[in-house]
Amino acid sequence: MKTIYLDHGSTTPVRKEVLKESLPYFSKIYGNPSSFHTTGLIAKKEINKARKKIAKILNCEEEEIIFTGSGTESINLAIKGIALNELVKGKKGHFITQKTEHDAVLETMKWIEKLGFEVTYLNVDEKGIVKLDELKNAIRDDTLLVSIMYANNEIGTIQPIKKIAQIIHEKGKLFHTDACQATEYLSINTKKLGVDMMTINGSKIYSYKGSGILFKKKNIKLTPLIHGGHQERGTRSGTENTPAIIALAKALEISEKEKKKENERLTKLRNYMIKRIENEIEKVKINGDKKNRLPNNVNVSFYGVEGESILLRLNEEGIRASTGSACSSQSLEPSHVLLATGLTHELAHGSIRFTLGKNTTKKEIDYTINKLKKIIPFLRTISSAWKKIKTKR
Amino acid sequence: MKLEGNDWFYSKEVKKHFMKPQKFLKNENEIKNFNGYGKVGNMKCGDMMEFWIKVKNDKIIDVRWKTFGCASAIASTSMLAKMLTEKKGMKIEKALTLTGTDIMKRLGGLPKIKIHCSILGDQALREAIKNYLENQKNG
Repeated sequence: MKTIYLDHGSTTPVRKEVLKESLPYFSKIYGNPSSFHTTGLIAKKEINKARKKIAKILNCEEEEIIFTGSGTESINLAIKGIALNELVKGKKGHFITQKTEHDAVLETMKWIEKLGFEVTYLNVDEKGIVKLDELKNAIRDDTLLVSIMYANNEIGTIQPIKKIAQIIHEKGKLFHTDACQATEYLSINTKKLGVDMMTINGSKIYSYKGSGILFKKKNIKLTPLIHGGHQERGTRSGTENTPAIIALAKALEISEKEKKKENERLTKLRNYMIKRIENEIEKVKINGDKKNRLPNNVNVSFYGVEGESILLRLNEEGIRASTGSACSSQSLEPSHVLLATGLTHELAHGSIRFTLGKNTTKKEIDYTINKLKKIIPFLRTISSAWKKIKTKR
Repeated sequence: MKLEGNDWFYSKEVKKHFMKPQKFLKNENEIKNFNGYGKVGNMKCGDMMEFWIKVKNDKIIDVRWKTFGCASAIASTSMLAKMLTEKKGMKIEKALTLTGTDIMKRLGGLPKIKIHCSILGDQALREAIKNYLENQKNG
């Protein structure tokens, strides 16, 4: 059976061009960039070239790019790096984030709360957009950092980053954004966005897993989480992962080149998929914002059925998706993102996320819809919740 | 390296019952043929089960069910239905001794985090038996 991969929000395959470009750096150009000899210096030169390329794309300086081991690490570094600056001075302070962040942000915030910092978790509206007046009011004199994601990983909602940056800067505070899901599709021009720090994840942009970038304005000092050989200007030690760095530069280069066209194509395909689901399956709810939405994200709740069941039946048809149901989480709680947008537990349990990608075709979407049209009614037939929902209008 | 694998989260038996569930209530008109009914769980938790039993001479001779829940919840209700009816029915006395662990064993095990789902199955059955006995008492 052919695999129809509609889970690009989880991870992406490495692009052929990216793989080809980075392969020589495993066993041909393998030197340690910190070495003084030629083998090391060649690797160093190539890393510098990659850094330069990325800096150009992000519209920043080369020294403002820190290569890390993942999106999660970049986020940890941005938040804990600021917190530790204070902690080593025996001080504490205040952080702001919002309720639909990825666990990488939320769990890090919970951790620094344990260390004595205060954190405000802003509410979002029913579309998943952060409440700007709440943000304005939440900023305090001792606020150290505001971290608000660029686009949501579950529902694809795009936050008004420029406005958020403006509000934060008016009060002279720092702004980090988790751009892991946004990088492939939206502008990552750091100056235009007005961000002070930004996280990028290789695994979501057709590059390597275990690779990430933290953009950090050069005037910001971060206490490192990993100490050692002073790589990345002392902010992130550890021998540079040369193939991953070369791969990141290539992936960003291609994504920048194809962004506009690919966005148009995917937006059409996404809207087509949403329309067909809404028109051809009864009692569904599209989650998130239909307009301010990543072009590759479809998140839908099916009344009366549970997401894991849908996911596993789709899987049997070769279709890979994900769900916000508690049944597929370790916590047995449904998606915190969907609950924050005001969805009932029941609808959060019945949610499925499809995230399209560069190879997704209309034919694949049609196949998926046709399977859904069989799977959903069958699961509703055996569901103890459906009859009541169907008769209640 | 095999690219199109058959890797599955659950056991083969869970998959079998999830993909081809047995004895679920296909038609509301069937309900009148049953003389005991139980319902457990709630939508908030993500698992809700309904169980109908047909008792004759203290023996459960047929069952139907409906489940809102994950694959293991569906499979465990289907397995329970099979266990109750496979040997031409089961005495109420014996049915009351069935536990979640018994269902789980027949399913070839469940991931630790999913065990609560199978426990709902035997609870729904107990509720149905209770309801049957009350119906008998009230004539």
